[in-house]
Amino acid sequence: MSNRLKLIGDGLVKNNPTFVLLLGMCPTLATTTSAINGLSMGLATLFVLVLSNMAISLIAPVVPDKVHIPVYIVVIATFVTLLQFIMQAYTPAMYETLGLFIPLIVVNCIVLGRAEAFASKNGVLESACDGLGVGLGFTCSLTVLGLVREILGSGSVFGFNFIGGHDGMLAFVMAPGAFLCLGYLMVLFNKLFKK
Amino acid sequence: MAVKSNLTNMVLVLGVTCLFCSAILGGAYVLTKEPIEAAAVEKTNKAIAQVLPHFTDAQYNEQEGYYTATDGEKLVGYAIESTSVGFGGNLSLMVGVTPDGVVYNTSVLSHSETPGLGAKCTTDEKFMSQWKGFDPAVKKLIVKKDGGDVDAITASTITSRAYAQAVENALATFKKIGGTGNE
Repeated sequence: MSNRLKLIGDGLVKNNPTFVLLLGMCPTLATTTSAINGLSMGLATLFVLVLSNMAISLIAPVVPDKVHIPVYIVVIATFVTLLQFIMQAYTPAMYETLGLFIPLIVVNCIVLGRAEAFASKNGVLESACDGLGVGLGFTCSLTVLGLVREILGSGSVFGFNFIGGHDGMLAFVMAPGAFLCLGYLMVLFNKLFKK
Repeated sequence: MAVKSNLTNMVLVLGVTCLFCSAILGGAYVLTKEPIEAAAVEKTNKAIAQVLPHFTDAQYNEQEGYYTATDGEKLVGYAIESTSVGFGGNLSLMVGVTPDGVVYNTSVLSHSETPGLGAKCTTDEKFMSQWKGFDPAVKKLIVKKDGGDVDAITASTITSRAYAQAVENALATFKKIGGTGNE
């Protein structure tokens, strides 16, 4: 049990996909214009990550070596498409905001990376915990990054404006701000957690 | 742990995986088809409701891209989709035109204007409210800077021009589909 908790903790801190492993930079930079967008993108990835990790750890023992990548990609793509259907049906507004970045989860290196490095070598429950940990790590990083960019760029927190109708520093909503915030947050994260 | 590859097991595993996954997706598609369609209809109805008075039914004309909104037998107006090129790309509007040729209201369907500048066309009260009841027979559909009657968004003249252009396109469609207007 403690081993599984440790797996979740590792995903959050030691193997944090955004601040330590630097994986999945494309959705990280593009979707974190606000805290809520970052949070939804993180949760979408978490959903795919947990399910694909579980499915892949189940089928890994029978998958021949030479076709394992195509098989994994098919499995991941299935879960992403499933997620797409669900979001389109029940959260159409969020689906529209995240748009292209939902199908792009298929090629998010975090998902295939965890499948290769962890799920294919471990049991179902461990893989689920690993997926949960890394997914939560991704979700938290994206939410924090989105939050910082939203505060600086739009002067609001989760959509609640606190500077009364004025504009924030717009650069932070756009691409340069994404890089700047990510860089500083990374420094802070590594200063706090890396030994 | 990895199984040694040979042609038979490669084909078998990949084939079975694909078959299984397509079956799941086929099932999911059927299950979510209805809610997805319902969500799309609700979205267009919402967009129409924003730009026209109360209506009960909207018929889509695919060729010209407009909805004819009716309340029972009575024609309420047309909700016309129109697009023009803004600062960052296409600017798509839904323009509600009542049968007398007056703009009832407008709403932005999609845009890629600069956040904080052109993107204000979806939030700026003063800019948005001027379209309510905009009568092209009385007011000139050109931004003030160019000698018309449209208040532009501060520092976003190009977006404002594009917005006016899109409204004008919608009014052109309105004329084309047989609306008479005041002119």
